[in-house]
Amino acid sequence: MVDIADRKPAAPAAERRERRPLPRWVITSISVGCLLVLWEIFGRQINPVFGSYPTAIAVAFWELARSGDLWVALYQSLQPFFAGYLLAVVLGVPIGLIIGRFRTAEAAFGIYVTAGYAMPLVALVPLLVLWLGLGFAVKASVVFLMALFPICINTWLGVIAVPKTLIEVGKSFVAPDHVILRRIVLPATLPYIMAGVRLAVGRAVVAMVIAEFFTTISGLGAIIINSANNFDTATMFVPIIVLMVMAIGLNSLIGYVERKVAPWQAEIAGRERE
Amino acid sequence: MGEVTFLDVSKKFSLRVDGMLHHVQALDRVSFTVKDGEIVALIGPSGCGKTTALRVAMGLDFSTSGRVTVDGREVRGCGHDRGMVFQHAELLPWLSALQNVMFGLEMKGMRGGELRDTAEKYLDLVGLKESQNRRPHQLSGGMKQRVGIARALAIDPSVLLMDEPFGALDAQTRESLQAELLEIQARTGKTVIFVTHDLDEAVLIADRIIVMKGGRVHEIMTVPIGRPRPDLGVVRGTAEFAETRYKVWRALHDEQVVH
Repeated sequence: MVDIADRKPAAPAAERRERRPLPRWVITSISVGCLLVLWEIFGRQINPVFGSYPTAIAVAFWELARSGDLWVALYQSLQPFFAGYLLAVVLGVPIGLIIGRFRTAEAAFGIYVTAGYAMPLVALVPLLVLWLGLGFAVKASVVFLMALFPICINTWLGVIAVPKTLIEVGKSFVAPDHVILRRIVLPATLPYIMAGVRLAVGRAVVAMVIAEFFTTISGLGAIIINSANNFDTATMFVPIIVLMVMAIGLNSLIGYVERKVAPWQAEIAGRERE
Repeated sequence: MGEVTFLDVSKKFSLRVDGMLHHVQALDRVSFTVKDGEIVALIGPSGCGKTTALRVAMGLDFSTSGRVTVDGREVRGCGHDRGMVFQHAELLPWLSALQNVMFGLEMKGMRGGELRDTAEKYLDLVGLKESQNRRPHQLSGGMKQRVGIARALAIDPSVLLMDEPFGALDAQTRESLQAELLEIQARTGKTVIFVTHDLDEAVLIADRIIVMKGGRVHEIMTVPIGRPRPDLGVVRGTAEFAETRYKVWRALHDEQVVH
């Protein structure tokens, strides 16, 4: 065959290993390190009621962790968080696929998804509390409602962006609609779906804290409110930072899952080695 | 079996350009017959309707009037009696070469060991057995199109429809694939209808050339070169090749046609 791709690259690896760029994690660590140092320097000069700084927060973290309060609160918060979030993924992706793929579904339901995305959920939480009480159900519902729409919309947009010719490949082999949806549209849409799933993490975290502010009897949100009421700013920062770290962790987990389920995407984009 | 007949096929569609509605007559009473085992080229300037004709035959587009039949059965949609080779191969990027070929077969209802064996057989036919586990982006343009051909052939259609199959390839790869196509056709006896804008390609491969212009069949020419054509280099040197090429060129540049 004359195909160039058949030839193996001949250059020995040793010759071209002169300048390797810094690994990403090193750059990230330097960035975070600088931020913490700056925060420490400037944070110490502020009245501890109005602000805090990393070492004070670390001490507060240690106190909360040792007393066990943090873990109890985290456990209380994570249950509704994951319940609502996972339900949003499980329902949001198929809804987005169907709305994107079928004209009638798009015309009938697309408008609710667009409107739902902009829904001022904070204003509706008191109503949800009336319906569902103050416990698990209301928190899970708020998380679900906040996470559902970005997943839905991203999936929907992803379906619209699927090249027509790929669908015609399915048609030309007489694939039924549901097979085209599952075996062509779904994999072609995966990068969009994963982007939606990532965006939803942030919104779900916010939703969880909002829900806990309104119910105020449990979870990380309760720690935030209680310590803010006691002017204990350092302690207030602990759950906030725990949540942000958790969101970062979830994001990299999703990135890992994405590379597992859609390896071709990273390969095509040339980001194989990250 | 693999006789394709176009009978008075017309297709109109509307197109909105800058707010103005344009009516395009993509096909205008197109009639011709392609015999079983024949290779026919559709050639013409862009917008002449050659790709539309192919898509109507495949069942991806529908005619406004007239009909296309394959072995006497009217085309009402896609079917396993026709295999389509797309311009840019259009492999599914998440599947390996082998899985891409298997996809078409699965849609035909094939399962189990037979499925894999058949897919491997056809990848072997296009010379890609070694690369069967590569994904499309790990294949060169020529290899991709080979997989595209294998995928279409594997379902054992009676007609192979090809839309500018080698148009996106470099000259050398194109030549080797042209020769391979002829060889595969000789082995399988499929009817082949292919769209091209390449004069040389049309004359080298086809038994007959249909020159289209403005949605109509402008002229149908028989290539006076017998088959098999084992060496396309030799064919290029023949007087018949030069003569036919010139005739097609004249037909394409003939300005006396009333549109």
